[in-house]
Amino acid sequence: MTTEPLNFQTRIYPFRQYTGWMIGIGLFLLPLIPMDLTTYLTLTVAGISLGMLIFLIASGLTLIFGLMDVLNLAHAAFFAFGAYAGFTVLNLLNNAGWIDSANLAQSLFYLALALGAAGLAGGALGMLTEKIVIKRVYGNHLMQLLVTVGVSFVIVEILKIIWGVNDEVVPVPMGFQDAFIIFGVFIEYFRVVAIFLGITIFVILQYILKKTKLGIIVRAGVENQEIVKATGYNISWIFTLVFAAGAALAAIGGTMMAIFNQAVDPGMGDQFLIFALIVVIIGGLGSVTGSFVGAVIVGLSFNYVAFLLPKMALGVNFMIMAVILLIRPKGLFGRD
Amino acid sequence: MPDMIETKPLVLGLENVHTHIDQHHILQGVSLDVAAGGATILLGRNGAGKSTTLKSVMGLLPVSQGQIFFNGQSIETSKPYEIARMGMGFVPEDKAVLSTLTVAENFRLSMFRETEKSHEKLEGVLDLFPALKKFWKRQAGLLSGGQKQMLAIARVLVCDHTLLLIDEPSKGLAPIVVDQLAESLIQIKDQTKVILVEQNFRLAQKVGSDCFILDDGRVVFHSSMDELSRDKIMMKKYLGI
Repeated sequence: MTTEPLNFQTRIYPFRQYTGWMIGIGLFLLPLIPMDLTTYLTLTVAGISLGMLIFLIASGLTLIFGLMDVLNLAHAAFFAFGAYAGFTVLNLLNNAGWIDSANLAQSLFYLALALGAAGLAGGALGMLTEKIVIKRVYGNHLMQLLVTVGVSFVIVEILKIIWGVNDEVVPVPMGFQDAFIIFGVFIEYFRVVAIFLGITIFVILQYILKKTKLGIIVRAGVENQEIVKATGYNISWIFTLVFAAGAALAAIGGTMMAIFNQAVDPGMGDQFLIFALIVVIIGGLGSVTGSFVGAVIVGLSFNYVAFLLPKMALGVNFMIMAVILLIRPKGLFGRD
Repeated sequence: MPDMIETKPLVLGLENVHTHIDQHHILQGVSLDVAAGGATILLGRNGAGKSTTLKSVMGLLPVSQGQIFFNGQSIETSKPYEIARMGMGFVPEDKAVLSTLTVAENFRLSMFRETEKSHEKLEGVLDLFPALKKFWKRQAGLLSGGQKQMLAIARVLVCDHTLLLIDEPSKGLAPIVVDQLAESLIQIKDQTKVILVEQNFRLAQKVGSDCFILDDGRVVFHSSMDELSRDKIMMKKYLGI
């Protein structure tokens, strides 16, 4: 009698290739055990919106740190600078009495104004920083750390001189203070806006990097500047633009977080820089998709754990980062 | 040094060019004139300054002294992208492709201005290197050594260059691939002036019309390839052949 050879991979465990997904979905559903479905869904929506806010700052860091290999510790300061730029616009609108009576459409318009101002201010500051400081320290990580810490101090001190050292209350357009209820879950409009903005920026970044000539030049420039220069492209100008884009994204994230927390303070970026660094490392350096997935993981885990074990909320993200790095040292979407 | 091919217009001229890399004085007064048409070969032992000469011409290494003329225009202070836009193409050594990009993206990058003409040119280039068409969507880093070198050269051919600088294209390739490469280079030099740095003398002989030998950062010999092939003393002294 002959017997067929046993194929362990397909016979004993036919879903081997889906292991990662199954573990991910299992972990995602795990918090359902100690809580009811409504609480779980509420925390999930809140976690995804927090994740998208973190993605906004992390995506900028992905461009600057992950793609351009610049250790930029001034990213938190760009974030705070953007928060104050957005806050200034919202304050002006509030002083004019427009915010209090705003419906959702008007609120979205005012938000666009605040984000536009933050993006422009952050982008300009990023461009200035790259041209004056970063340009001289490409390829030297130690110098990058030192000079960007210096830039960070300067920006934060400027914020203190202009707006003062104390927290400021951020006026939130009235339309964002409303909410709607689905399946018993209370969802604020601003959380939906945050999720929509995060996904939109993810799609735009992916499109630019993967499908456009600019994206090809940037990816090529990261790999081999010599070839790109010798092909006729002014790579130093292109890198200035990428750095400015990264700073602009941090600034936009700053305004969103300022509205989310309804407050700004000069040192607000530091806490979120830690989140952003965790996200970039979990996702894999230079991977926008990795940052997106990493931000959702961090946002969800922070919210679930903050509800169940509040003191563990930040620590669990470090644990997740350590576990992912043990399994995949280059991060979830990092290239080998 | 005997004067060579003086009847044709000069494409490139170097006058007493000095280049330093960190504290090392690599080029110590290179002077050479390259006339239009055919392929000019830069020969010499390892460390003689051949690759440094190409990089200095392309603006990738700063020239500390001397002058470089390209089509009559002084370029020693120009940026690499400005020199490339003037019509000079450069293929660095070591199968220089963008390995994280696909073959198609490598070509798209090379087309500085994507015009109908550049797309037509691409068709012609793919006829010259048909293997690349087959791997159009493959990541360049996954190609074989020979295919990478073909791509590295093919990339620069889609642009309208008046001068191509090619640095050691045969390095690390199997002899059969080197033969294919030689055929391609012969076709290329009929359309565009080529300056080739090459250690493989057989390939240099097949492709080149004239040559310069560099030693210790200076030009020590200039002749036609045929003349050099007959000069056993020079070949032994500077090339160890």
